[in-house]
Amino acid sequence: MRIITIWPITYMLLSELALGQTASVVSVEDAYPADTIAQRLRDLGFVSGELLKIRAVGPLGAEPMLINIATSQFALRRNEAARVRVAPVSSL
Amino acid sequence: MNASVASLNIALVGNPNCGKTALFNRLTGGRQKVANYAGVTVERKEGKFVTPQGKSINVLDLPGTYSLTPSSPDEAITRDVCMGRIVEVEVPDIIVCVADATNLRLHLRFVLELQRLGRPMILALNLMDEAGRRGIKIDSQALSRELNMPVVETIAVQRQGAEALAQQLDLPAPKSDTIALHGDLHQRVREVMAIAVTMPEQRDSRADKLDRIVLHPVLGLVILSVVMFLMFQAVFSWAAPLQDGVSAGIGWLGSSISTLLPDGPLDSLVTNGLFAGLGTVMEFLPQILILFLFILMLEESGYLPRAAFLLDRFMFAAGLTGRSFIPMLSSFACAIPGIMATRSIQDPRDRLTTIMVAPLMTCSARLPVYTLLIGAFIPRTEVMQIFNLQGLVLFALYMAGILSALLVSYVIKKTRKDRSEHALLMELPRYRWPNPRDIAMGLWERTIIFMRRVTGIILSLTVILWFLSTYPAPPVDATLPAIDYSFAGRIGHFMEPLFAPIGFNWQICVALIPGLAAREVAVAALATVYAISGADDSAAQALSPLIAAQWSIPTALSLLVWYVYAPQCLSTLAVIKRETNSWKQVFISAGYLFALAYFASFATYQLAKIFL
Repeated sequence: MRIITIWPITYMLLSELALGQTASVVSVEDAYPADTIAQRLRDLGFVSGELLKIRAVGPLGAEPMLINIATSQFALRRNEAARVRVAPVSSL
Repeated sequence: MNASVASLNIALVGNPNCGKTALFNRLTGGRQKVANYAGVTVERKEGKFVTPQGKSINVLDLPGTYSLTPSSPDEAITRDVCMGRIVEVEVPDIIVCVADATNLRLHLRFVLELQRLGRPMILALNLMDEAGRRGIKIDSQALSRELNMPVVETIAVQRQGAEALAQQLDLPAPKSDTIALHGDLHQRVREVMAIAVTMPEQRDSRADKLDRIVLHPVLGLVILSVVMFLMFQAVFSWAAPLQDGVSAGIGWLGSSISTLLPDGPLDSLVTNGLFAGLGTVMEFLPQILILFLFILMLEESGYLPRAAFLLDRFMFAAGLTGRSFIPMLSSFACAIPGIMATRSIQDPRDRLTTIMVAPLMTCSARLPVYTLLIGAFIPRTEVMQIFNLQGLVLFALYMAGILSALLVSYVIKKTRKDRSEHALLMELPRYRWPNPRDIAMGLWERTIIFMRRVTGIILSLTVILWFLSTYPAPPVDATLPAIDYSFAGRIGHFMEPLFAPIGFNWQICVALIPGLAAREVAVAALATVYAISGADDSAAQALSPLIAAQWSIPTALSLLVWYVYAPQCLSTLAVIKRETNSWKQVFISAGYLFALAYFASFATYQLAKIFL
């Protein structure tokens, strides 16, 4: 697990969160120019300050991940989740 | 002011899983029609209803979308209709945006995005009953004030649940919002939520508990296997008496009409062409209906996306997606409902790949052919004391289909030019009890599509095949079976040199021609070639020793392998045409399947000749 510190926030990638962990969204980064998947994630509510939690992971390679954000649940593959930067929140 | 005689056009728009289709069903009752938008395979659902004050309303049910930045052809249609960019559809007078009252944080953003288009809008807060149960309090007047548009509460599953919307439509059309809408939509949603919505302190823990079991890496897969087992059990055992009933009914109808007709070409066309063709299609209808019933219930209850979640990684490795699972599974009963079910796959590339490989799943129509050949050629010996060789061969045939499908989809994935990422990005909706009314309407809709599109093509082609197998009539002093003198017979003889390397004799070649209509027809066709008369079952029984004596084992194995691959089913090709809207795709599918069939049979025949 890698933790990158850029002052003033510490962030991880959503894809690196463990099952049951809670975090708050920092940003969604485009993986390439005009990244429609990143845009869709933002439209779905992956925006700064929103809290999320890893509810479940798939049986093979812990993929996909089931993410609970606001009142919705989304299944993301890890490379999709890697676009989301999050700040872990100590257990709620 | 004169009451406008012209009817009002409204469009239902909303996020997936907002209960939009249920609301559409509630509003329009049975008065719906389903077609496709020109040039694309996106469903266009329209309906009509009359408001309490007698205004007639045309409703268009647009595909669900999360945003006006589309990520699939369906979503592009929704955007284009809302923006008035589609020529064939009138610009809706009012956009009715449907939102799930239990999930407003997500759905309100889309409401605000739509509002920026500057068109008259009404917000329908659906699932208000569920929101109440969960302790979510929504002040719809405050919401209406904040959003500057009429807000109505609806409960699509209740009899009077759409009344408020119908009454609202009797009022003058809302003015489009002229307030400049700038700034961050999510920020605005938070502000509106803070003013108009009170969320309960505790979230619904029952659904979370259920998900912990249903999505458990081990338990989840066990539950999935049980569900699938039940589904198969139902398709194959419950359907059997219904199928017998249907085929008896059609047979009776055919022979009753036949007695009214004078002997001759007309009688033969009706009995052997029309009714035989109709029979083969209709006989599968009970199976298809039961299969659709299961799929609809799994879809409505929210289980289907969870099955896709569990299997996504496995399917992705083979170049498919978790969403391909249900279409592939359905194809074990019949490829037609399987290919029709690919509509739930969003990514067009994943959908096409699934359509391409679905015919490789061993459908129930292959079983009569397999049974005949295995019974005649494979000894019933025990293998390792527990297995039966016949059963093992059948299992191997099923596995050959599955492995080939995975291999083909893998090759398609590797050779595709468009390497951009395939997204999963799938919402898992809340669980809910399937509503019988919506299930019934969905079932009816799919049955109509099946009957209308498939029977038309099937009937015309079976008539052509009947003609080829009947004309020209044999000479008076004929010694060989009648079919041998027909066009089909001649084509069969003509094909023989081509099929000699894979071990097919001319009788098999002739039988392959009528067998193009449907796989199981080949058994009856072989019986015709070997001049056996009688009903289907007795023909197969009489045929078995005959072919066992006349064919070599390599020939039989080669024919078995041929049936794993060959697209000997016009209905499948017809449904591929309908679902891809492209003849090119039909030719590609048929071409690659015939090529695979030929090469696999060739390898089988040549190897079997060496080793057996």
